[in-house]
Amino acid sequence: MTNLFDQQKRNLTNTRLFIAGFVLLLVLVGLGADGVLYAGGFSPGIPFATLGALAFGGMSAWWSLHGGDRAVLESASAVPLDPSDPRQRQLENVVEEVAIAGGIPKPAIYIVPDADPNAFATGSGPEKASIAVTRGLLEKLNRDELQGVISHELSHVRNYDVRLMTVVAALAGAILLLSDWSRRGLGWGGRRRSSNDGGGGGLGILFAILWVVSIVLAPIIAQIVSLAVSRQREYLADASGAELTRNPLALASALEKIAAAVEPTPSIKQGIAHLCIEDPRGGSLGQKDGVFANLFSTHPPIARRIALLREMAYQKA
Amino acid sequence: MAAIGGCLTLLVVIAVFGAIWAIWRYNNLISLRNQVGNGWKQIDVQLKRRHDLIPNLVAAVKGEMQFEQDTLEKVIQARNSAVAARGVADTADKENALTQTLSRLFALAENYPTLKANEQVKTLMEELSSTENRIGFARQFYNDIATRFNTAQQLFPDNLIAQTFHFQPVELYEIKDEAERAVPKVDLNVRSDQTKS
Repeated sequence: MTNLFDQQKRNLTNTRLFIAGFVLLLVLVGLGADGVLYAGGFSPGIPFATLGALAFGGMSAWWSLHGGDRAVLESASAVPLDPSDPRQRQLENVVEEVAIAGGIPKPAIYIVPDADPNAFATGSGPEKASIAVTRGLLEKLNRDELQGVISHELSHVRNYDVRLMTVVAALAGAILLLSDWSRRGLGWGGRRRSSNDGGGGGLGILFAILWVVSIVLAPIIAQIVSLAVSRQREYLADASGAELTRNPLALASALEKIAAAVEPTPSIKQGIAHLCIEDPRGGSLGQKDGVFANLFSTHPPIARRIALLREMAYQKA
Repeated sequence: MAAIGGCLTLLVVIAVFGAIWAIWRYNNLISLRNQVGNGWKQIDVQLKRRHDLIPNLVAAVKGEMQFEQDTLEKVIQARNSAVAARGVADTADKENALTQTLSRLFALAENYPTLKANEQVKTLMEELSSTENRIGFARQFYNDIATRFNTAQQLFPDNLIAQTFHFQPVELYEIKDEAERAVPKVDLNVRSDQTKS
């Protein structure tokens, strides 16, 4: 018994929890290092490594937020829309319609020369957004279905999903990098400690074990969490897209057509999978349900998304 | 003396907080009112677009649809009275009438395969149906924000501010029930449809 509004609210709450978890992971990796340093007799008075880890995470998030959209569009070799082609003119019309429904400015529109149906949004917010669809999407979908897909993508823009996902991906990357560095540092520190034994004793060993566990687990957890955020945002974009057009069935039927085209989308790199309407890797992972397949995919199972949209349509009637 | 001083201080503090609260709520109402105005402007832009497109479409289909002169005439009439409409309720009324004559025209056009193959007509039809969607979405947006504005004026204690500064509730852009329910009729017997008028 969930309506569109409830679902949006629940997804927003979940997303906050995910972000909090990320910051916690960064702190964990940093504190572990601080603990080992402290036990090793090096105490600068401030949690040096923790602050460093947070600053590093914040900086890499900032970097990818500014100027990330150009790189994304270029990597997909997207070209600006050509309004003299009737089909592309229709796309422009549909984007304008949905932008009016959402009360946001019309984003820039790009076409990706790829036969597989897919679409993605990029840009840091509604004022500076771009939307790209593949040629295959334009060929396979009718007007209403196109409107459904665009409403999903514009909801990503409107809900600040693009910004959020960029930050989450950058934080996950930062955690991976820091853990990697820590592992290398650990080898070095271990060698040094064996040469002049003594130092921390039991407490030091305990900290070291905790730290090792955290730097091994943190990147895995970060990856799983960032994928979970991505899946939450997909459900949210489906729900708020349907709210914009008041036509969940059109998006459901578009998703069916997209799912039926099982080929991967080679033009779209895996790095921006979380921005797409459906996983560009193609059918295999997106179709499967089950805890494990779910844990490692950017998108929820397409069958479940379709079922949820159908349920919304049913409740509206 | 000290007690009176304390009371005075308390009164001043209350007055200051009251003033800050009043300013905050007043600004909230003003911002909502501006958003409503903006939403209405959006509808207006799209209605204008519609009014500009219709004569072109009628001119483009006139040759082919010479047996539907009556319908075409009604579209033009409805368009002209919609252009002349003033105010939210009047505009909504006239535009609804126009929507009905238009959907009749669209339905009748289905009977002319040559029209559907005509590039110019196809382009105009696409532009016009996009405009219809935009009007619908702009109306949806306007009604949402107008409802929020009207509700904000009625809720206690904000209604005190609204009354003091003479805020007026705005009209919603409503579709009359009959207009909404009316399904464009695709009458196979076009003749009888015309004589009915």
